[in-house]
Amino acid sequence: MAEHAKMPLNIMLAGFGGQGILFAGKLIAYAGMIDGHEISWLPSYGPEMRGGTANCSVCLSDEAIGSPLVTEPDVLIAMNLPSYERFIDSVKPGGVVIVDETMVGACTMRPDIEYHPVPATEIAENSGLKGLANVLLVGKMLAVTGFSSEKTLHAAIEKSVSAKHLDLIDLNRKAIALGAGIPDSDACTA
Amino acid sequence: MVEKVLMKGNEALAEAALRAGCRFFFGYPITPQTELAAYMAKRMPKAGGVYLQAESEVAAINMVYGASAAGARVMTSSSSPGVSLKGEGISYMIGADLPAVIINVQRGGPGLGGIQPSQADYWMATRAAGHGDGHVIVFAPSTVQEMADLVASAFELGDRYRVPVMILADGMLGQMMEPVALPEPIDSRSLPEKEWATNGHGGKRTHNIVNSLYLVAQQLEDTVVERSQRYARIKDEEQLAETYLTEDAEVVLVAYGAAARISRTAVAKARELGIKAGLIRPVTLWPFPVDTIETVIPVAKSFLTVELSMGQMVEDVRLAVNGRSPVSFFGHTGGVIPTPDEVLVAIQKAAMGEQFDLVPYHTRLTGGAR
Repeated sequence: MAEHAKMPLNIMLAGFGGQGILFAGKLIAYAGMIDGHEISWLPSYGPEMRGGTANCSVCLSDEAIGSPLVTEPDVLIAMNLPSYERFIDSVKPGGVVIVDETMVGACTMRPDIEYHPVPATEIAENSGLKGLANVLLVGKMLAVTGFSSEKTLHAAIEKSVSAKHLDLIDLNRKAIALGAGIPDSDACTA
Repeated sequence: MVEKVLMKGNEALAEAALRAGCRFFFGYPITPQTELAAYMAKRMPKAGGVYLQAESEVAAINMVYGASAAGARVMTSSSSPGVSLKGEGISYMIGADLPAVIINVQRGGPGLGGIQPSQADYWMATRAAGHGDGHVIVFAPSTVQEMADLVASAFELGDRYRVPVMILADGMLGQMMEPVALPEPIDSRSLPEKEWATNGHGGKRTHNIVNSLYLVAQQLEDTVVERSQRYARIKDEEQLAETYLTEDAEVVLVAYGAAARISRTAVAKARELGIKAGLIRPVTLWPFPVDTIETVIPVAKSFLTVELSMGQMVEDVRLAVNGRSPVSFFGHTGGVIPTPDEVLVAIQKAAMGEQFDLVPYHTRLTGGAR
């Protein structure tokens, strides 16, 4: 994908409840807002969140946003296999798919999308960033799509991390930088 | 410029109420509006107000009655089944001429229904919020910014006309986050005194009575007729609607809230296909913006109402259009969200001169651009 993402950019993030799907979406939304885009953030809510899958639609646009529900994502971030299976077919042709390979462990058969598997959970755990695989994947999305800048994401982190957990700001920043630098794994190359 | 913050619609409603001088909140939790009550629980005590989780929705609305009778700015919030429960109290407040702001973050119905976004309470809000000859003013926000902005308007109109005011949102608007510039807080001491309130006055005047019981028929008729004259003024002066590309529109969509957002995208797509489509988005549902409908009548060849219901507001559109153009309907219900492409198919049909009522499972609809 291009150095600077084209607007509108519709993003679907999905995974297990507890993986930080909604937080990752919020980071992207805040970054979009700081960059001056129109943005919307819509979580799935209800019974599916209790121990099941959680997902989150984020829209970045330079025009007023209509439906905040993303049905054909330009970018899919999938953090577990059920979410990958549920949303992979909905991705727009030419779209970007970033998966946490540690949790998904599947390779797409779709030739018409950009597929970026990264073992985010494993790398996060080995790097003292346990629980921040979600933010790592936002860093990867930044590198792949150029939807914002690392500077903006740092500001977004400051706005999104609650005042009670200021110590997490640095860790989140590290996770962004680490994620932006991770190459695609070769798990899905023939 | 005020710095924008990212907030859920439910939180924006709560913060805006605090800034509009609301110092009393009585509620009972229900998805998808619970964040509103949770926000109030946290913030209201710090603002020097009263937050109380009542034992039921019925109790909550009667606490609202009490606080309003004493002259306070007061709010309650719930979602569809909970608002049904409040119906009795809302009717009593209408009958006692008490202002308050009542939030309905709609979910699918009837019955317990579901918890996903819906607009199936249009009739309840605009026709029968409770028994008797009465109305509440109904606002329908469609962005988180509007969730914040309309709260102040709701309190103002409620106080001006002495009527309860409902903000009819839905689960999508309640749960989603968008940037919002919050209104400046008002100094509630600057609000005009409510001369009718049953508050303490140190023996300076005769006592006020707040009541909705009139056992003499003529007295009851007199109060209802006087109130209806206020309703007539509200219909004249308080209609609100937004238009989008309606100047030359041959197919005019009418949609509010979440459905209006989806319709707006569909209208833009229709324009790309060369179809002259436009959108009227009612911001007040009662009074219904008949004057705005009137402005597009000379050019419009057909109307298309889009709702997250089986078709409720479409009746008000038909009354306003009054047979001068065909009025079609498209909707999903039960928490299913229509896609812009589905609405686009309906626009294409309307543009070809068809008149229809399209609801889910009409296979002929899914054959198109979906």
